[in-house]
Amino acid sequence: MNTSYAQLAHALQPEIILADGAVLVIAFDLIFGRHRPLATRLAASLALGALTLVAAFIASVFVGPIGGFYGESFVLDSFALATRGGVIVLALLTLGVAAGAKVMRNPAEYVALILFATTGFTLMAAANHLLIAFASLELASLSLYLLAGFDKDRRESAEAGLKYFLLGALATAFLLFGFSLIYGMTGELALPRIAAVLAQCGMSPLPALALVMVMVAFGFKAAAAPFHLWAPDAYEGAPTPSAALIASASKLAGFTLFTRLLWPGLGALAGDSSHALNPGGWITIVVLLAGASLLIGNLAALAQTNLRRLLAYSAIAHAGVMMLGVVTASLAGPGPLFYYLFTYGIATAGAFGVIAVLERNGGCQKITDLAGLSRRSPLLAGTLAIFILSLAGIPPLAGFFGKFTFFALMLRIGGIASPTGALTLLAIALSAVSLYYYLVVLKQALVEPFASEKPTRIHVPAATALTLLAATALIIGLGLCPSLLLTFF
Amino acid sequence: MNLLPCTIYLSFAGAVLALVAGMKSSAAARAVALLTAVSSWGIALYAAFGFTPSSEFLTLVNVPWIPQFGINYHLASDGISLTLLVLTGLAATCGVLFSWNIEERTGEFFAFYLALIGGVYGVFLSADAFVFFVFYEIAIVPKYFLIANWGSTNRQYGAMKLALYSFAGSALVLAGLLWIYSTGYASSFGLDQLAQGAATLSQGAQITVFALLFTGFAVLAGMFPFHTWAPTGHVAAPTGASMLLAGVVMKLGAYGCLRVAMPLLPAGLDFWQPVIAGLAITGILYAGLVALVQDDFKFVIGYSSVSHMGFVLLGLAAANPSAVAGAVLQMFSHGVIAGLLFAVVGRMVYERTHTRQLDELKKLPLHRLLPFAAVVFVIAGLASMGMPGFSGFPAELTILIGVWNYSAILGVLAALGVFIAAAFTLRVIQVSFFGQSGSRAVAQSSDAAHNHPLPPITWPEKTGAFLLLAATLLIGLKPDLLLDWIVPSLQSPLMKVIFHGGAR
Amino acid sequence: MKCLLSTLILTPWVGALLLAFTPRLSPRVTRTLALLFSLSTLGLVAFAWSGFDPAAPGYQFVEQHAWIKFLNVSYHLGLDGMSLGLVALTGLIAPTALLASWKIERDPRLFNLLFLFLQGAAIGVFLALNFFPWFICWELSLVPAFFLIKLWGGPCASRAAYQFVVYTIGGSAFMLLAFAALFAATGTFDFVELAALARDGGLATVIPSPALGTIFIGVLLGLAVKVPLFPFHTWLPSAYSEAPTAASMFLTGIMSKMGVYGFLRILWPLFPSQLHAAAPLLLGLALAGVVFGAFAALAQTDLKRMVAYSSINHVSYCLLALFAVAGSSSFNPDASTAALSGALLQMFNHGLSASALFFCVGILENRSGGKRGLLDFGGVRTAAPVFAGFCGIALFSSLGLPGLNGFVGEFLVFRGVFGLAPWTAAIGCLGLFATAFFLLTFWQRVFHGPQSPAVASRFRDLSMLETITLVPAVTLMVVLGVCPQLLVSLFNPLVTAWVVHLP
Repeated sequence: MNTSYAQLAHALQPEIILADGAVLVIAFDLIFGRHRPLATRLAASLALGALTLVAAFIASVFVGPIGGFYGESFVLDSFALATRGGVIVLALLTLGVAAGAKVMRNPAEYVALILFATTGFTLMAAANHLLIAFASLELASLSLYLLAGFDKDRRESAEAGLKYFLLGALATAFLLFGFSLIYGMTGELALPRIAAVLAQCGMSPLPALALVMVMVAFGFKAAAAPFHLWAPDAYEGAPTPSAALIASASKLAGFTLFTRLLWPGLGALAGDSSHALNPGGWITIVVLLAGASLLIGNLAALAQTNLRRLLAYSAIAHAGVMMLGVVTASLAGPGPLFYYLFTYGIATAGAFGVIAVLERNGGCQKITDLAGLSRRSPLLAGTLAIFILSLAGIPPLAGFFGKFTFFALMLRIGGIASPTGALTLLAIALSAVSLYYYLVVLKQALVEPFASEKPTRIHVPAATALTLLAATALIIGLGLCPSLLLTFF
Repeated sequence: MNLLPCTIYLSFAGAVLALVAGMKSSAAARAVALLTAVSSWGIALYAAFGFTPSSEFLTLVNVPWIPQFGINYHLASDGISLTLLVLTGLAATCGVLFSWNIEERTGEFFAFYLALIGGVYGVFLSADAFVFFVFYEIAIVPKYFLIANWGSTNRQYGAMKLALYSFAGSALVLAGLLWIYSTGYASSFGLDQLAQGAATLSQGAQITVFALLFTGFAVLAGMFPFHTWAPTGHVAAPTGASMLLAGVVMKLGAYGCLRVAMPLLPAGLDFWQPVIAGLAITGILYAGLVALVQDDFKFVIGYSSVSHMGFVLLGLAAANPSAVAGAVLQMFSHGVIAGLLFAVVGRMVYERTHTRQLDELKKLPLHRLLPFAAVVFVIAGLASMGMPGFSGFPAELTILIGVWNYSAILGVLAALGVFIAAAFTLRVIQVSFFGQSGSRAVAQSSDAAHNHPLPPITWPEKTGAFLLLAATLLIGLKPDLLLDWIVPSLQSPLMKVIFHGGAR
Repeated sequence: MKCLLSTLILTPWVGALLLAFTPRLSPRVTRTLALLFSLSTLGLVAFAWSGFDPAAPGYQFVEQHAWIKFLNVSYHLGLDGMSLGLVALTGLIAPTALLASWKIERDPRLFNLLFLFLQGAAIGVFLALNFFPWFICWELSLVPAFFLIKLWGGPCASRAAYQFVVYTIGGSAFMLLAFAALFAATGTFDFVELAALARDGGLATVIPSPALGTIFIGVLLGLAVKVPLFPFHTWLPSAYSEAPTAASMFLTGIMSKMGVYGFLRILWPLFPSQLHAAAPLLLGLALAGVVFGAFAALAQTDLKRMVAYSSINHVSYCLLALFAVAGSSSFNPDASTAALSGALLQMFNHGLSASALFFCVGILENRSGGKRGLLDFGGVRTAAPVFAGFCGIALFSSLGLPGLNGFVGEFLVFRGVFGLAPWTAAIGCLGLFATAFFLLTFWQRVFHGPQSPAVASRFRDLSMLETITLVPAVTLMVVLGVCPQLLVSLFNPLVTAWVVHLP
């Protein structure tokens, strides 16, 4: 086993920078921020955090793709590299969201937690080993639990944190159980070697049990139905930037981790994708999860009056689409999946950014709280429209192309008459349904007048404005030129 | 010709500019919008003058866009698309003129408006199914906001209904396109490659995919029984938007049927031909009869649009050169005439009298209060009922010729449709503008004209009306202008298969 | 003169356009201008007449230019004896009608504009030899007629106008389909080419006979409504009686002739065998028109409606003659010639007499403050002897008194029909008697007897203007009655040719 620490240190530069940055943020605040107003401390922490993220991003570009290292415990292929960059960008967006959100106590800790979570995400992106995967997932998850419950002034935040933690812990238990079964069967922890062993023995009840365990955990983490129940409450109660991070970067890292686990690791147990309903592999489970998420997410979203819960159900529906991406990764590689995850993350984080600013200016829970937004702040209304339309999958925005490729690939896998074909048609039909609730949101923002006569203008902090504009530019730019990302793979 | 893609870019740029200009002043936004619409129309006309009719689908731009999925940014044009481009330019320009009085959030209005136009131009120029679809969807979204924000009666309901119908339709289209691409193992989304891919599908699959594609497009074209969005949408929309909606957006659907659904899947066309023809004729007759009993002025026009689009679909369904050429001509004609009718009803009458109820309009001596509007509406109404000398006539005649070749019974029913159209148009003319026309009413009416003077017709309205009237008259007297473009295009390799499928 | 026929059509339209774009002219100037443009037809017809050679076969002054390539449409105009007679009639009736409406106060500009438009369209119908331009004029003539009735008509004018136009368009829609079908099979819209095809049997070879039958019915419907042929006449009484005087004059004088003209120019040459097959039925319908028209007129107490019903009766004579000729299985050239000449004469005569009668009824209505009941008048002869004289001539011409023009036409029709379908002619005589009866009733009730209050108080005799209006028509009635040869010579060769080519 080649365990070169120098190579490890070189390859993990971004993680090192992130972790150091997190400590630095806390230390800086501890030393200089004691008696300063909260807003100043927040600004300073955010600036430091942003610097850290930029540095980490540069470092990750600088490191480049180097393949497997540290005894194949990690892998830095294009997928990992993209995800690493992606989560850092999304974390940066989250900081931008935080800049416009309600100021909470202990801002430095908050920023530091975001950085720790990001460290977890980047490690998840590169993990190629069951233990590394588990550890990095836990690092990220624990940070996220704390972030969800961070607003100590609000009961809802505590409730969100607790719920998220309890169900997350349950998922962790399942995952650990699944991992231990896999280890027990194969005697290996690194994914390539697990794959090699599994290719020999094939499917039997024991690996099936392991698969179910892993998939349940996957379902929990991805908020796929029927394991989605924590998501609406967490999205509703968590501080807005936390919700943005949970919805965006965590999804990206989680799906990367599980895709790597499923395809390179457990690919031998995938089953026949064109006859996915023949019980034979994890694709069956993924397809079922996808179908359930699409149905429940889209239909439940129709009934929502709370904006955050609506976004949560929309996230569940999107998780269903992402599951399709996982299935199709065998055909076209992880490129389209990454594209979808990344652009979805940007759009959701952007939407939460708008919510955050609104929250600071009088609350934003109900969809009707958006009324008159176009008068109160054309910037917020305009960017929100772009984010929502991208989530709805309207071309030429990025959300469309992601869906489009998944659908095309799904149909190509099994033809139209197969379960994958039927699932695709279902997804297409439901994406037309989803238009309704997205339009309801936009109707409030762009059409309805403000409740009281005199609409008050909303001041958008410069950093947040910049973030929102950057996110909009990314959504439009990547939508117009998907090749920018796809050529990377 | 090579300038044609600029119509798209110009419109989108105009949209952004109008948004920016609108923050300063409404007048600036208007000016930007008018300038954009006129210049893109100018480009279309310039291309039209230099156009030598041929059967070639002339490529304008073809660059790889998303090579990973074989998607090229491929724009091309032939006589059919040129016809519709010229129509779009005309409708857009007149629509801006008839939206001149929009004071509330002017910049946003014209931004949405021009974005819609840009999408429409894009659809008419696309030679790649992906590009087509992208522009198609771009054209749908602004409609919702135009109606929901600046519309009138029941606008949010109308806007939502319209948007959902459109999106449901485009979901069907998407499913159909993906089906061909994926299971036909097409090498790209270019229409010709897709056609090759489609040919490898089984008979049953071709039939099913055709149903998906055609239905999806036909929803937007207002085919019975998927037409119900059209009247409510048209009624709710602000004038400029209903002009575009009836004038060009419904054409998007018909164009999609003609450009995508029919050439890709001639076998499907062959199978579904009787059904489509039956639905089209049902739409013509049903919408005509409904229009005959409406109490709302605008609903009459809305249903008349459905009825006239039924002729387009009938022409397409008959699938022979004459009928299809007639259908394209009818697209142009209906675009102009419906625009004119909506302009009179929505802008000239409603904005002044604030009612569209025929019962109330009947009590006003409108032809004396608004003589210009009355004259325009009468002429437009005549054109709409297929009076010879106006563009609707050669179109309907050509369609009838083709339909007769396909089925005599359908021809008879279509003639019945022409008759019903005449009946409801005439009814609405006489009830709306000439409700008080007898000798006795005249004395009262001159009083009324003094007591309740309505604001006079403004210059943008007059200009717009003249442009549209001139167009319908010109094409009515010289349909060759367009037919010379359309007919050779139908002989292109891609289009010819329609007739093989249809001819049996 | 190369574009004489185009000039004939376009001059009134130019006048209409001129009026449309000169809103500020005084009513007097407007009227004069309109009258001048309207009279232009008469002048041009005179010019055409002088250059017209009745003996030459085929059409004269032909203009033909390609128009729509895809539909093989050409701008094809031509003149033969029949159309020359009808254009002359138009040139006569139109200015007369304008004179009759000289006193209209409301919107004279619009009135005259619509009238000139109508005049041009009617001329176009009589001259066009291609379906496309023909149909343009055919349909466009409805528009001004609609507005003339609606805006200047009586209390129920809206309904009458709507009914009139919807009926007519209903027929036209099917005619349109029929020509679409003909084009689909033959690739031409040209009447001359289609007639040639029909003559040499080409039409029957390209179109199967049931389809051809349907096409025939379509064309028949369009024309029958316009004439109108019983039972498609229900729009007529209300339209004629609600219309303002001038419009009634034009409707009955010219527009009903457009239908008859269509029968002779289109239906018969294009579908001889279909017409032959349908002739017994159609003959029955025409006969019903003759008889019921007369009896219905007899039952009217409203003078205008009475004249309207008499129009149905009179126009049906023309169709009676045509159907008798088309339906006869034996070859009887004398009878056929007589019947067709009679029909053509009758068209012209009825135009003169019916429009004069409508004008007279209009005068009665005008003088009595809107009354036009049969019983509202009495003793007009003593109050207005000149008027009574003129009106009497018109009445007796319409009645068919020998020595006046009406007699010649009806006589020829009946002579011909007796030779071809004796029983029909016999029954048709019933109509003749009824006509005589109601016209004499008219004459007696209105002009004789004690003066009714309406007449006694304020009935003036004809004014200068009204005399000028009536003189040309009345003169012609007498002249043509004495010397029908003037007109018959015009279309005699034509009729002979038709009879020779009878299938």
